[in-house]
Amino acid sequence: MRVTQFAALGAALSLTAMTAQAGTLEDVQARGELNCVVTTGVAGFAAPDENGKWTGFDVDFCRAVAAAVLGDGEKVKFVPTTGKTRFTVLNSGEGDILFRNTTETMSRDADLKLTFLPVNYYDGQGFLIRKELGINSAKDLDGASICIQTGTTTELNLADFFRVNGMSYEPVAIETNEEGITNYSANRCDVYTTDASGLASTRAALDDPSAHIILPEIISKEPLGGAVRHGDDQWADISKWVVNAIIIAEELGVTAANVAEHAAAAGDNPSINRLLGTEGDMGAMIGLDKDWAARAISAVGNYAESFDRNIGPDTPIGLARGLNASWKDGGILYAAPIR
Amino acid sequence: MEKNNLSATGSTMKPDYVIGEHPDLPPPSNTIGPIAWIRDNLLSSPANIVMTILSIFFLYKILPPSLDWMFFDAAFVGEDRNACRAVADGACWAFISERFKLFTYGFYPIENRWRVDLSFVLLVIAVIPILFDKTPFRKYGLWFAMVFPFIAGWLLVGGFGLDPVPTEKFGGFMLTLVVGITGIAFSLPLGILLALGRQSNLPIIKVFCVSFIEFIRGVPLITLLFVASTMLSYFLPPGTNFDLLLRVLIMVTLFSAGYMAEVIRGGLQAIPKGQFEASDAMGLKYWPSMRLIVLPQALKISIPGIVNTFIGLYKDTTLVIIIGLLDPLGIGRASLSDTKWTGLSNEVYLFVALFFFVSCFAMSRYSLYLENKLQTEHRR
Ligand SMILES: N[C@@H](CCC(=O)N[C@@H](CS)C(=O)NCC(=O)O)C(=O)O
Repeated sequence: MRVTQFAALGAALSLTAMTAQAGTLEDVQARGELNCVVTTGVAGFAAPDENGKWTGFDVDFCRAVAAAVLGDGEKVKFVPTTGKTRFTVLNSGEGDILFRNTTETMSRDADLKLTFLPVNYYDGQGFLIRKELGINSAKDLDGASICIQTGTTTELNLADFFRVNGMSYEPVAIETNEEGITNYSANRCDVYTTDASGLASTRAALDDPSAHIILPEIISKEPLGGAVRHGDDQWADISKWVVNAIIIAEELGVTAANVAEHAAAAGDNPSINRLLGTEGDMGAMIGLDKDWAARAISAVGNYAESFDRNIGPDTPIGLARGLNASWKDGGILYAAPIR
Repeated sequence: MEKNNLSATGSTMKPDYVIGEHPDLPPPSNTIGPIAWIRDNLLSSPANIVMTILSIFFLYKILPPSLDWMFFDAAFVGEDRNACRAVADGACWAFISERFKLFTYGFYPIENRWRVDLSFVLLVIAVIPILFDKTPFRKYGLWFAMVFPFIAGWLLVGGFGLDPVPTEKFGGFMLTLVVGITGIAFSLPLGILLALGRQSNLPIIKVFCVSFIEFIRGVPLITLLFVASTMLSYFLPPGTNFDLLLRVLIMVTLFSAGYMAEVIRGGLQAIPKGQFEASDAMGLKYWPSMRLIVLPQALKISIPGIVNTFIGLYKDTTLVIIIGLLDPLGIGRASLSDTKWTGLSNEVYLFVALFFFVSCFAMSRYSLYLENKLQTEHRR
């Protein structure tokens, strides 16, 4: 496939271009717009609504960064990418930052030269299957035909899982999640496999969600997070601390609704004061002003707000917090402190 | 008048026409009318009869359910998929109507969409005099058509008094039209030049044209687009911001110009050598002889091929999805992941297919019309 070759070539070339790519912050501010690499459309994570406005959990993080850096969560250009093109687009400089259901792995970090941001969703690969097939465990999938998205970590996980369990399968390669849904609902594959979060969003999309189940086995670790290019530490720091700020805001009970009030004057919680810049000047350390975090939070809310609005139990996606609950509530979402 | 009197006055044996001048009788009734048509076209041989029966069976199986799905069982209003499902089992067109604006304008700012509409109206005004030579005031129309691209560019992109709209906000049908029409308008002249260059006696020009054409024909468009979107930034000095849509327009134009050149070369090669020699003998220099003698004939022969290339180009615009621009297909796919509407992919694909079908069918009909109009030889 030519695209893959180009992706490889692009990644290789990015080595040489790296030196020229410091100063992302200045570029973004001069442009007045953040270029954010997202999916071609995964319900709840990133998709345009009927007015062309992008919404979703990943989209919120793009907007938070834009709000911190540019003062306006709307000043984002969304660059839709497939599993294969996403890193090339980021590395070539067409995107400034990536939030695209992307798993942090060693090879992506070191070989593709990405700097990963803190994990914003702990995920794992699962299987979606029709109930009527009567299969209740992934161990019984021998010989199944499986829809799988090319260019993703899920390909290798799947091969590993079947090899370890001495089973065989027939892969049906697809490019985008939408293709996955179409193929799966047209019975061209027995099983659709991808991140469990993606499966939940896929299941919500099917004609009769109750006729399908997600098998209990989760066969991999998929820590999903944003990423930026190697070579611009300041930009990586900004992006990283915006993500942390969103997570910390939940821990501290700062919401989109009350952030203005908290940010107006220093209160008696020093953590909140530091987060919102009413005490000390944390923003200056990353090249921003004092209100950077306050702007990000007022644009999209804290982690819990964004989660509940886009993918939480009250949405059609209906994901529970699970592992992604704050560490205070028994989850593993744990952001480094701002101090 | 005497002739007519013959029948009245003469014996019954006398025919009522002049001998030897029998008027034409109507054709036998079994060779005209619907019955004959059916016999000739549907039942003319055993193989034909079988085919007819099979087709009728096929239509009987396919048509009623499709029509049911598309119209009689379809829901046209409703606020989400479940609302559609509640009232009808067929298509859920409410989805398309809710997203119609997104399909049409992409992400173009709502308050500025009148500019897209206006450009479209002007486009129609500009295109009519080009297409039909009987248009009243055609001369002024053609002048208008020459300046139209600049007016449309200004309207769509803004600046000089209008709010600027970044081109990445383009999407949907308007994106297809912008890319398709720009490609069509510029690839034809470029293709003509390349085709002439390929035949040139000047070695440098010839080598340049041949290598350009062969390069373009040797690389898939998707690769060129990929190069345009991601690799170009490696070759340009850092910090230059080269509009993405502009890069796409250039690539698409170059790509179809390469194909166009070969189509036109076919036309050029079909012109008898005598025509070139005759124009030389008339004392015409290179350009006049091309313009007056060779190209009119060559282009006429090439019309089907040219239109073919246009249609190909128009449909290739869907490839812009890989560089992150959302054409109608991309908009459709992205819309499908709205939880309100997911799972309605048939509706989306059918709708987009209809759009492309209408545009492409119009183009091919026009090409037939043009061929007939320019027809001068005897039909073979
Ligand atoms: N986490 C895996 C898989 C990510 C992935 O591609 N997930 C799918 C389904 S959740 C997706 O985002 N598709 C987006 C699209 O189709 O554009 C990875 O990083 O490779």
